[in-house]
Amino acid sequence: MAEQVQDESKRDFLALSAYVTLGVGTVAGTLGILNSLTPSADVLALASIEVDVASLAPGQAITVMWRGKPVFIRRRTPEQIDDARGVALSALKDPQTDAERTVEGKEEYLVVVGVCTHLGCIPKGQKEADVRGDFGGWYCPCHGSHYDISGRIRKGPAPLNLPVPEYEFLSDTNIKIG
Amino acid sequence: MSQANQYKGFAGWLEKRLPIISPADHFFNHYPTPRNLNYFWNFGAIAGLLMGLMILTGLILAMQYTPSTLHAFDSVERIMRDVNYGWLLRYLHMNGASFFFIAVYIHIFRGVYYGSYKGEREVLWILGIVILVLMMAIAFMGYSLVWGNMSFWGVTVITNLFSAIPVVGDTLVTWLWGGFSVDNPTLNRFFVLHFALPFVLLAVVGLHVLALHQVGSNNPLGIDMKGPQDTMSFHPYFTMEKLFFIGLFFTIYFLVVFFAPNMLGEAINYEPANPLSTPEHIVPEWYFLPFYAILRSIPDKLGGVIAMGGAIVALGLLPWLDRSPIRSARFRPVFQIMVFVFVIACIILGFVGAQVPADAFQIYGVQVFGSLSVLRTGQIFTAIYFGFFVLLPFVPLFERPRKMPRSIAEAIDGHA
Ligand code: HEM
Ligand code: FES
Repeated sequence: MAEQVQDESKRDFLALSAYVTLGVGTVAGTLGILNSLTPSADVLALASIEVDVASLAPGQAITVMWRGKPVFIRRRTPEQIDDARGVALSALKDPQTDAERTVEGKEEYLVVVGVCTHLGCIPKGQKEADVRGDFGGWYCPCHGSHYDISGRIRKGPAPLNLPVPEYEFLSDTNIKIG
Repeated sequence: MSQANQYKGFAGWLEKRLPIISPADHFFNHYPTPRNLNYFWNFGAIAGLLMGLMILTGLILAMQYTPSTLHAFDSVERIMRDVNYGWLLRYLHMNGASFFFIAVYIHIFRGVYYGSYKGEREVLWILGIVILVLMMAIAFMGYSLVWGNMSFWGVTVITNLFSAIPVVGDTLVTWLWGGFSVDNPTLNRFFVLHFALPFVLLAVVGLHVLALHQVGSNNPLGIDMKGPQDTMSFHPYFTMEKLFFIGLFFTIYFLVVFFAPNMLGEAINYEPANPLSTPEHIVPEWYFLPFYAILRSIPDKLGGVIAMGGAIVALGLLPWLDRSPIRSARFRPVFQIMVFVFVIACIILGFVGAQVPADAFQIYGVQVFGSLSVLRTGQIFTAIYFGFFVLLPFVPLFERPRKMPRSIAEAIDGHA
């Protein structure tokens, strides 16, 4: 070029604005794409469910589906409740009292999400004939996690207790989960 | 560019307009190849061919497959029963994945034994490890497509591995699933990725070969080529030799496809996925077993995941961990023994991964270590697996190498 560039700051401005536009656009676009892969509205809209537990005798359990996952509802015998309440917190990997995991006055019923907190298998123990592990609650056969009658992890690779979903008693025997 | 080229006729005409003749010519006719390559040097070509076959059979299967939780399992059964030669396509694809892994595992073993990651081959080696990881991701997602009960629970357990990551783990898993459990959104995205990633794999394989042709092939002696006396033309000598061995390998592959197509699979995957019933015993496909065994050997969730990932990362670090200037294990008495122990550890970990942790360890019914449990056996051989990498940097300090020939030609002809 014959002529000297007069004002280099113009060129710098063009370059800078191009970089900023590209940068902001790329970040915004990427965030949008990543976000589109999160659970969609219809998946999130899975309503809460109501369960009637009138037919459960002490010692029995039922499994219901909630948000694509099984929820265990176990009606516990008085001995089992005593057993769950007698455990020292220091003996627990994920310390939680049985009272924190049940509704006051309804401690007979234990409601937990039936998904092993290790890698997501469904623990055995809902059926009378199932292996229930060393602590009489549930046993996950995948990698050997033992849960007690309060759904707390007692032995094996799982790090956490079986989670307690949000639920309330609508009547004496009617539970609303979610 | 209008400069003349050495090619005549149509090749010359095309080369002038699109420079693809000269790279191909270089690839086949002018790639100096060490004279002393043995049959271990065939597995790369075999893996490449299998990749082509996987893409071909996969494309045709995808024309008949339906990626929806309601129809996936039935559409695979329809391929097996109603589609003309559908059973053949599926068995080729299913067993093709296994033979792809067989070829690649032997290919990697070859690289370790002959020190093929040395001599400016770090990028070549890392690209190889990227290929391995991509293959694992592709095979894992392909297995989920069948939507059998082992597919479903395999996906559940493996995706849950990510929940071990502190703080963001659970969010990440929900994001991966696109929901609160493995479900239709998961199957759909896995289908798309299983379709698309093989083409990414193809590109990475291209780079792997490009890096190879930049540095050149290693050989069983691990000595660099010094001149024409050490080499032979790739074509026709090595193309012929490879063709023979490829024929042998594919004969075995086809014997399995036609006479024992389900030998390497799990019967439970012929049951449709059931989110309410975990199989008694979850086992991944055989090519994941050693890694699965390492995962289960560590009694801590995050620790197990780190160890499993570390097992692959450690392989990738070989060029930096191995400090000896000598490549081939032939001349390294200590390293040679270590490699054999390492391979045996991998095989034993494979058996460990398929068995129930609390049982006594056995190989085809024989309790080779007495009453030692599967869990303990896994822990011992996990320690040996990592021990190999930990010991490696120190070996040159005490190892006394065997006497080496001065060149490839000297080793073969007796004079340089
Ligand atoms: C590098 C390559 C690939 C590998 C290692 C691979 C691996 C696998 C595996 C292990 C399965 C499960 C087989 C079974 O148990 O039935 C599978 C299934 C499937 N793959 Fe691939 N695949 C590859 C490439 C492709 C490509 C490129 C496509 C499509 C364009 C494809 C389409 C399918 C389909 C539709 C299925 C489900 C049907 C079935 O199970 O046979 N695959 N793949
Ligand atoms: S998933 Fe339950 S112990 Fe691993």
